[in-house]
Parts: sequence; C-alpha cells; structure tokens
Amino acid sequence: MTTMSLARSEISERLATVGYVADRDLATALWLMDMLRRPLLLEGEAGVGKTEVAKALAKVHAAPLIRLQCYEGLDQNAALYEWNYQRQLLAIKLHDSHGETTEAIEAQIFSEAYLLERPLLAAIRSPTASVLLIDEIDRADDEFEAFLLEVLSDYQVTIPELGTIAARSIPRVVLTSNGTREISDALRRRCLYHYVDFPDQDREVAIIRARYPEIEVALALQVARLIQAIRREDLRKVPGVAETLDFAAALLGLGQSDLAQDPEAVHDLLTTLLKTHEDQARLTREIVERLIAKVA
Amino acid sequence: MAVKKTPKIGASHAAHEEVAGAATSFNIGAPVRLRFAAFVRSLRANGFAIGLAESHDVLRVFCPIDPADRNALRTSLRCLFASRQADWENFDAIFNAFWFGHGTKGMTRFEDRRRTAPEAQFDTPTNDFPHAPGNGDAKDKPDDGRDPADQHASKERKDARWGGATMQDSLKQTDFRHILNQEELQRAYALAQRLATKMRTRLTRRDKLAQRGRHLDFRRVIHKSIARGGTPIELVFRRRKTKPLRLVILLDASGSMSAYTAVFVRFMHGALDAFKYASTFLFHTHLVDVTRAMTEKDPQRAIDRFSLLSQGVGGGTKIGESLAIFNARHAARTIRSRTAVMIISDGFDTGEPDILAKEMAALRRRCRRIIWLNPMLGWKDYAPEAAGMKAALPFIDLFAPAHNLESLEALEPYLARL
Repeated sequence: MTTMSLARSEISERLATVGYVADRDLATALWLMDMLRRPLLLEGEAGVGKTEVAKALAKVHAAPLIRLQCYEGLDQNAALYEWNYQRQLLAIKLHDSHGETTEAIEAQIFSEAYLLERPLLAAIRSPTASVLLIDEIDRADDEFEAFLLEVLSDYQVTIPELGTIAARSIPRVVLTSNGTREISDALRRRCLYHYVDFPDQDREVAIIRARYPEIEVALALQVARLIQAIRREDLRKVPGVAETLDFAAALLGLGQSDLAQDPEAVHDLLTTLLKTHEDQARLTREIVERLIAKVA
Repeated sequence: MAVKKTPKIGASHAAHEEVAGAATSFNIGAPVRLRFAAFVRSLRANGFAIGLAESHDVLRVFCPIDPADRNALRTSLRCLFASRQADWENFDAIFNAFWFGHGTKGMTRFEDRRRTAPEAQFDTPTNDFPHAPGNGDAKDKPDDGRDPADQHASKERKDARWGGATMQDSLKQTDFRHILNQEELQRAYALAQRLATKMRTRLTRRDKLAQRGRHLDFRRVIHKSIARGGTPIELVFRRRKTKPLRLVILLDASGSMSAYTAVFVRFMHGALDAFKYASTFLFHTHLVDVTRAMTEKDPQRAIDRFSLLSQGVGGGTKIGESLAIFNARHAARTIRSRTAVMIISDGFDTGEPDILAKEMAALRRRCRRIIWLNPMLGWKDYAPEAAGMKAALPFIDLFAPAHNLESLEALEPYLARL
C-alpha cells in the first residue's frame, strides 16, 4: 500500500530537484503513466507549462527528450522517417555505371544506410527508453492523428521498402494540446488525461523561486499575487507561467526588490506579460498602480 | 463486464512487475469489482468514452492504493477515465455522487453523447420541439395575421394552388411562417436537408479541382528513376491538400423565431450530415452545443436534450452573452482557418448592444466569414432597426434573408467562394 504513496511522493521530489514544481495530481498522472505504460495527454491554456512537464520528465529519468512539433500538414515522412534522396541519387549513378541490375540497385539504396530518422522512429529505436514529446497534437491533421494511434499502440512501424521495425525501447509519451481542434475520441481513449491549469498562488511562488533561487521571498510573493490579479482581468491573452518567469527575471535585472517602490518601471515591464496591443492598452498605468497597491 | 476479469500483468518492465504482481495477489472481492463496474457504467452514462482497456486498468490502479486514501483514488481514476476538459471538470461530482452519495440531487446527465447514426429525429416536431409552430404559445409567434379558424381554409387554398411540377418551386418561395400543414412542413424539412447536402457536394467538387501542388514526391521520383540510371525523367508531384470548409451554425431559438426554428433545425441536421466538420448551437438566453444531441439516435433522448433549452424561455434573447459563451468555450475548438460562422437570428436582442458588438468583433477576428441570416429581412418593409441588429451589422460579411427555401438556396454560391 505504501509503495504507491512513496512512488508518488518520490516523483514530486525528483521533479522538484530538476526545477519543476508539480502538484499532487500531476505526480499521480506521471506515476500512472509509468505503471500503465500509457501515453499522457496534457491539455490546458497556452503557457501553463505543458511542454515543461516532458522536459522535466526527461531530466528525472535521465532519458533523451525527443520532440515532435506538430503542425498542419505534418505527414508521416516528416514524423517517422525520410530517405536521403541526394545520397540515393548519387548511389544510383555509381551503381549504374558498374552495370548492376535495377533490382540490385533498389535493394542497395533502400537500406538503413540511406534512412533518415525522424522523431517517432528515433524514439522507438532509442536503446534506452526516451521521453517522446508530441507537442500541440491539435495542430496536426486528422490523418496524422490516426497514424499516430497505430504507432502508439503497437510501438512498431512498417517501412514498405525495409519491413517492420519493432521498438527497442518503449518511450514515455507526452502529448500536449491547446484545444485548437477537437482531438478524436480514439486518441483520447488511449491516453491518460491531465488538465493543466494555471498554478495557484503558492505554486507560482514556488515556481519562481525554483527558477530564480536568488529572488527574495517577499518579491516572489508580490509577483505571484500581481500575476494572479492580472489573470483575473478581462484579457485576450492571459499571461502564462513562462511570462511570469520573464517578468521576474526582468525585475531581478532591474534590481527591484519591491513592486511598490517604482510602479512606473513595473508598468514598463508589462511587455513581458501582455502580448497583444489591446491588452496593453487595457492595463493602463492607473490600473497597474492600483493592482500593485493591492498586492504589495 | 470487462472489469471482472483478472487484471493484465504488465510485461517486461521490472519496476512494474512488482506492482502488477501485487495486483494479482491482492484479491479484490467480487462486491468491489461489481461496484467498480457500476461506476464505469455511470461514467459512460455521463458521456465518458471508456473502453475495455481502461476498465481493466482500474483494478491495477486500485490495488496499490490505500483504500482509505480517497484523494489518491479519485485523482488516479480521474486521470484514467477523463479524456477531455469537460470530463475532467465533471469527474469529481460524479465520483462523489457515486461513492459517497453527495450532491446526487443536482446531478444531470452531462450532454456529451458519442455521435451515432445521424438519423432524423424530429419527425414530429410540432409535438415535440418546444418552439415548433403549433406548439408554442400563440403570443410567442410573430403576428402572421391568421387565426386557427383560417388555417383550414388556407390549407385547402394551397392544396389547390400547389400541384404537379411546380409544387416544389412554390414551396421554396413560401415563407416558413405560412407553412402550416404537416405534409408541407415535412417537404420543407426534406428540402432544407437536401439543400445542405447539395451545398456540401458542390464545395467538395471545387476542392478537387483546386490547383495542383508544386511539391515533388521524392520517394516516387527516385523509384521511377532507378531504371533510368538515376535520371529523374518522370516527375511525380504531390497534390496540395485542400482544407475542408467548416460550418458553425448558431441558431436563435427564442420565441420571436419560433415559426422558423423547426425548419432551421432541419437545415442544421442536414448540414451536420453533409459537412465533415460542422458544429451547431442553439441560443436564446444562453448557448447550448447541440452538435451531439442533433445526431442522437434515439429521438426522444434528443428531444430531452433540447428541452434543456426551454428553461430560459421568456427571458428574452441575449445574443451578446450567448456569443460571449461561444467565443470563450467553443470557438477555439470549432473554428479553424476555413470556417464560416452562420448566425440565424432576427436580431432582437434584450442584452446590451455594446456586448454584442464586442463579441461580434472578437468572432470576426477568428473566422473566415460571418453570415447572418435574418428571416425578417425577407418581409416587406423590414429594416434592421433593432439595436442588436445595428450593433452586429458592421461585422457581418453577408446579411441575407432566410425566410424561405429559395433564400437559403441563394446562399450556396456565396459559400462556395469561401
């Protein structure tokens, strides 16, 4: 019975040592992922740190991180493997001048030596279990998603010219989605699911301090409270964790130790947090000063 | 039930052997297994997509967890069974209700059915659809200058006038308000549905004729060039993939639209059938995603879902607020680069025009086209004077009448140009 809570707490601790502050729910998800050997689907707003989960996981397991960035029009060739066409062409020329038969040439040029690994193939051919990050799966097309199902359930791929390649190691797979497109039920069903929300105030303080240990606790708390307040404003693009860290870094760079000390300067630093013109116009100097007065 | 079977032992991984071994040695009693099976069933009833594999896994998850540690069990099961944000948010309520009987009173079946057979389910809309003509209160309907006594006579008049080949054409021009008999209504439905299908096929054909891509398919080129000593004589091109047109329909289901709602519901139904990607919503005081309900196999269940909507009737139409909900919750999921949003409403908004304008602007930024269909535009002497309509006008790409089938048909070439 204790193995479970131990293993789970261990995950949180090990994530903390690599600088990722995880809540209990996420630790549970990662624990389940290892136990059930299933991919983990992370959904949530942009900037809540979904991609970071995969990076931290790779560090925890000291495994290579292999990243597949999805985009509209991503196809098997770009995700799985590609032939080295230039080398193939040169080889054909060479073999042809030696008078070899067409069949012999074909067998030659469609061999491993001319195969270029792309992320998916690299992940399953990795000698040790890697962490495979399939980023923003919602950007890929339906066809690609269907193809992914096959790879993720069997962990083997078929290359027509070479035959079936079975996995040398089973990667830990993390998929992320921003919800641009509805992902199919089939894919969802094969994955564990975790919804990543914006961190609460305490966790945000912990995140800032994990990244910038030199920051004073009081300032980290002020920053976290200010960000939480800004997230409650009616904005087009709510600042995420990455923005929080940028903001904290900028404050450190200016040598500020108290937000109330120079609200003007804080307002100028809002470029690190607000990414649309509209949002910048909305958070006027007065509003920012009022927010700072509240949190400082 | 799958849950009763012995859990599968995880192969190969040494660390997992222990856990899986514990799973088999930990002998879960039949009552607990049955209880889990029932829990899985109740999740499924609430729209969770749970397959066999997950119900196997539940035992593997359950075994190493201390049964007293409710929280660990809850988070683990949520991670395993939820597969979308809505599931994630609803899970705790269902979990608590099932295991501890909390809050059972407030529980509803969350509407999130799988798409099943897209069969027509509004066969008798006059009896079942809350806003269907003939079912709503007389005061709800726009004044169409008829009283019930007059209806019979008018039916006879129409039967006499409509006959032979011209019947369909005349039907196309008849204002939906004036279609009163069942048979005509059915014909109008069929036409609306067929129209949606026709729209789709026309658009698909256009897609196929789209310009060819200029990307070489190297793999095929190399294959073909082997026989010619590596000289790529035959070039193989890859065709550019065309993005399918998507349609989002937002239908005003308020009292003032009641004469038209039933026909447009049919149109939406047809669009869902015909378009690979279409989403449909109904709104009056709030917005409801009816995409799944529209494809519900069981007609009675579909109507139950629709009756959710009637809760807000009488509060007036809040187009702005409804759009705000759409923008916040549904837009990211339903709108992509080639998406047309079709709003079907008379524009009588009881909300703030400012909100409407703001949300229209937000919507405009996202989608390719906004089409606003206003049935009243087909009426004589109508001018869009309503405050809501005025606020929305600057953001509309096409403002068109939609009071009869002919006007719907006229939209087709416009959609094809998207």
